[in-house]
Amino acid sequence: MKIYIRDGVLVSKEDAAQTIDTEGLVALPGLVDLHTHLREPGREDAETVLTGSRAAALGGYTAVCAMANTSPVADTAGVVEQVYRLGQEAGLVDVQPIGAVTAGLRGERLAELGAMADSAARVRIFSDDGHCVYDPRLMRRALEYVKAFDGVIAQHAEEPRLTEGAQMHEGDVSQKLGLTGWPAVAEESIIARDVLLAAHVGARLHVCHVSTAGSVEIIRQAKQRGIRVTAEVTPHHLLLTHERAGSYDPVYKVNPPLRTTRDVEALREGLRDGTIDIVATDHAPHAMEDKECEWAYARPGMLGLETALSIVLDVFGEDWELIKDRMSLAPARIAGLTAGLEVGKPASFTLVDPSARWSVTPSELASLSNNTPYAGMTLPGRVVHTYLRGVPTVLDGKVQK
Amino acid sequence: MKHLLSAGDLDAPAATEILDIAAEMAAVSGREIKKLPTLRGRTVVNLFYEDSTRTRISFEAAAKRLSADVINFSAKGSSVAKGESLKDTAWTLQAMGADAVVIRHPASGAPHRLANWVAGSVLNAGDGTHEHPTQALLDAYTIRARMGRIDGLHVAIVGDVLHSRVARSNCLLLRTLGAKVTLVGPPTLVPVELGEVSYDFDEVLKDADVVMMLRVQRERMNDSYFPTEREYSRRYGLDGARLRRMPGHAIVMHPGPMNRGMEITPEVADSPRSTIVEQVTNGVSVRMACLYLLLGGKS
Repeated sequence: MKIYIRDGVLVSKEDAAQTIDTEGLVALPGLVDLHTHLREPGREDAETVLTGSRAAALGGYTAVCAMANTSPVADTAGVVEQVYRLGQEAGLVDVQPIGAVTAGLRGERLAELGAMADSAARVRIFSDDGHCVYDPRLMRRALEYVKAFDGVIAQHAEEPRLTEGAQMHEGDVSQKLGLTGWPAVAEESIIARDVLLAAHVGARLHVCHVSTAGSVEIIRQAKQRGIRVTAEVTPHHLLLTHERAGSYDPVYKVNPPLRTTRDVEALREGLRDGTIDIVATDHAPHAMEDKECEWAYARPGMLGLETALSIVLDVFGEDWELIKDRMSLAPARIAGLTAGLEVGKPASFTLVDPSARWSVTPSELASLSNNTPYAGMTLPGRVVHTYLRGVPTVLDGKVQK
Repeated sequence: MKHLLSAGDLDAPAATEILDIAAEMAAVSGREIKKLPTLRGRTVVNLFYEDSTRTRISFEAAAKRLSADVINFSAKGSSVAKGESLKDTAWTLQAMGADAVVIRHPASGAPHRLANWVAGSVLNAGDGTHEHPTQALLDAYTIRARMGRIDGLHVAIVGDVLHSRVARSNCLLLRTLGAKVTLVGPPTLVPVELGEVSYDFDEVLKDADVVMMLRVQRERMNDSYFPTEREYSRRYGLDGARLRRMPGHAIVMHPGPMNRGMEITPEVADSPRSTIVEQVTNGVSVRMACLYLLLGGKS
């Protein structure tokens, strides 16, 4: 297969200024991550827009949506424009900022959603990720308000009263380890409420990091009823289970927590049948000191950008149509971005060697942080080249900036 | 055995060996000179991140009776209070040549983390709501001393099992040693994942050989685990009337500190059926046995 490019756009053979022979590699439209923590501004010791962009490009991504829980919080036009500009300066992936739903993520009053939508960053996804928009009236208003600019609320579904002090999935393992449980119902009850709210006001809802079998079932039913809900699952929730906590190594601490084999199976089935629309990484870099400590004191979150494609390949095999849709086309559609390999689309794509296998070494990852749960694992599939609008960001597995 | 982190790490022969050595240590504690030279020149650090009277003193007495040098490191007023991480504290203890670290910590799993960062042995002296293996060992020792065996006995563990590291360690150890364990309490405080459960104390106590009462923290009352202290006492407290309905040979245990009038009445606590004071005495012998095996004895 050959890819033809002119002026950063995919063109037909006759119009090509540049031709790329994919030489037995698999060409995918540039991957789009709807859920990335880039940590800048505020925690530049854990990740920056530049280092996160490098990690993204190496993972085959050409666009990432940067979560709002920075310091200061991305709850004003000023902060989202700063993140957007940093992304442009890095120039490795399109960094699309997500705006906070509520001022300071405090869940008390709406942030200036319209100002963020109208800013240079053109924000369309709003999320208090890390916190649930718990107040049902505020959630209803947020869902309604963003209809004015075709926005979507991405909800971190976690009933806060049911998860006070929660450390891991509530179940036999949490009981054995003496760690406070995070019950599945705390996620499911919020999703159930939110799909009803979305239906009531005729708005779009996106559910972040779905982690339980019960959540999959609620979303499946909501979609059957025609409610405009989309949902994401993380690579780690597709692969890892709560037994990992047995080592008390906080590299496995994440929110929502790793769940049971039954949940993992339901999530895989949900992604296959389209109940869950996309894979999103929830890439969450953390400084060493926030993970090299007691489990209860560690911050939740894991790296994801550089391993996501390999994990999905590991779980689903070489189902390229599934990968193309769930990791590129569908997330782009939700975020209002463009993706695809058709003529006329931006020449943003990635070329993958499906037969290559690689071993995950934390210190060799481009991310500033090391908190990958896959250290030492050998994974299938290697991103060889990534192009952003015709410009190589990764060549032969090496990031270009 | 390098570390003692969980009662689940012990199989029946290993647990029995500790109890047998503890019996020998008890003989020493009965002498006028209560000291053995076994751990002379070895350093034991008591690293306590939580207030504790009986466990810390018990470990200190145990180490001293084996002639070890004991360093007491309490989190209050130390570098820990200044924000030092567990890893840095571990390195400090390592640099001082600690042969064993006895750790009490409010976070479950902290001893497991510590074991990655020190070369010496780590003894879990209670971590969060996880485990307290030496308490289970001293309870097993006490049961064996009183009843002559553990295998085949029915042990009821009553109270706030959910938050109890004592209950978790006892479940593991007593089952390993052949006892039948029933967990008793209100459904809000007794997780079914830990084994056989009953919500009816009166039913269970009729054929219990051992009734182990757990401390119920008064804070739980404000967290809707049960309506009032009085209701809790009526349903799950051990009073004289319930004691008299227990089999004649059955004993009453409590890890302390007790809430007299809450989970146990003074009449029961002070009765000859109660082993509460013996448990404290046996604690020293059992901890001597653990330190001996980890530091001085067979590896």
